[in-house]
Amino acid sequence: MSKLVEVINKLAAGVFIVIMEIVTKLSDEIYFNLIRDDRYLYFVKGLGVSIQLTFYAALIGGAIGILVALARLTNNKVIKVIAEKYIDITRGTPVVVQLLIIYFAIFASTKIPRVVIASIAFGINSGAYVAELIRAGIQAVDKGQMEAARSLGLSYSQAMYHIIMPQAIKNILPGMGNEVISLWKETAIAGFIGLEDLMRGAEIVRARTFSNYTPYLVIALIYFYITALMTMILGKMERRLRKSD
Amino acid sequence: MIKVVDLYKSFGSLEVLRGITNEIHKKEVVCVIGPSGSGKSTFLRCLNLLEMPTSGQVYIDGVSFMDKKNDINKLREKVGMVFQQFNLFPHKTVMENITLAPVKVKGVGKDEAREKAIQLLRKVGLPDKDYEYPNKLSGGQKQRVAIARALAMDPEIMLFDEPTSALDPEMVGEVLQVMKQLVEEGMTMVVVTHEMGFAREVGDRILFMDEGIIAEENTPAELFQNPQNPRTQSFLSKVL
Repeated sequence: MSKLVEVINKLAAGVFIVIMEIVTKLSDEIYFNLIRDDRYLYFVKGLGVSIQLTFYAALIGGAIGILVALARLTNNKVIKVIAEKYIDITRGTPVVVQLLIIYFAIFASTKIPRVVIASIAFGINSGAYVAELIRAGIQAVDKGQMEAARSLGLSYSQAMYHIIMPQAIKNILPGMGNEVISLWKETAIAGFIGLEDLMRGAEIVRARTFSNYTPYLVIALIYFYITALMTMILGKMERRLRKSD
Repeated sequence: MIKVVDLYKSFGSLEVLRGITNEIHKKEVVCVIGPSGSGKSTFLRCLNLLEMPTSGQVYIDGVSFMDKKNDINKLREKVGMVFQQFNLFPHKTVMENITLAPVKVKGVGKDEAREKAIQLLRKVGLPDKDYEYPNKLSGGQKQRVAIARALAMDPEIMLFDEPTSALDPEMVGEVLQVMKQLVEEGMTMVVVTHEMGFAREVGDRILFMDEGIIAEENTPAELFQNPQNPRTQSFLSKVL
């Protein structure tokens, strides 16, 4: 009987030690990666940069997307071909390569801030995908809608604005949400041109602490929760749009 | 009022219209009949340039529709159109469907446009549907709203492209009733239709189209009782 108690005691002690080890290790990890020298600031500032990048890139991408989608739908052959080539090239090359070309080749000797350059690069990339989304969304609207609008004397642009686009938006919005979400994660390569975004923040911390995974776990969580937040907002918007059906 | 001269229209290598010349006069009701694929709808759609003719001329009140110098939107205001598939704007209420074009194209005041819309809805027998969305309406109701929408622009001529073909049989009557009312008010109308009874009753003139040309035209009494062209005879023997 006393032997059994002894075993249980030893086991309990073992478990306790292991738990203590984990707690110590964890608090060490947290201390070294987040607290010491205010290292959490790398994550906070990085988050700011990443959000900024995503926001501006989405705006630029959206604007480019609308223009290019309309360009693809015109009857002007030259404009149409230019739009198609832009989409082909953008979708046919990696974002990283585009980012580096735009930074080192096109804006090489300018004093434009890197955030702006990266936003433009991501915006140009995203624009191609957005253009395709918008084009498909517009084409999914029944042809009779444009005809009815034109037969009433509305001009092409009036018909687009009052009749086609409001209906196309319902087709476009879900895809657009996905596009912003992938954009948000794609910005993780901004470090290639020396921007201290979330990803780069984690790498800087790792270089200081030699922690193999904690910094990455931290940013993985941040990326994940921001994505979850965006998904939630988009779901709300979609439900709202569907109400008028 | 509307005059077409030597109208040709091809889709790729397919020749749909092969030389149509005709004139529709003020207050005239012209019904276009013929087998499917004969080019009736294409002909009608050429009258307000929803289809761009390959060659030929379309004049409205003596003004060329094809001349690039003339504002096509301005000319379209004079020509109302009603479609087989109604083509109401699903994201807008009945009221908004009707008032959109007068407000945006003609610059009519919102209140004035509303008042007019209420009158028009009363005329087509739907006085209490102004704030419904189209998906709440039956096919016959939709088509009547579509007629009211076209009338809101005060068109000089109305084009009907098989207005009852997409309707359940029990709803055909209510739409034809509204159209008859328009005829009585002296509206100029071109109606592509399969409703031979309607064509015979209200048409001033019937155009029988076949293979892209007007194969025969006459008053309804003559054309239905005494068709001259063998193709007209064969068509009528199948549908009557």
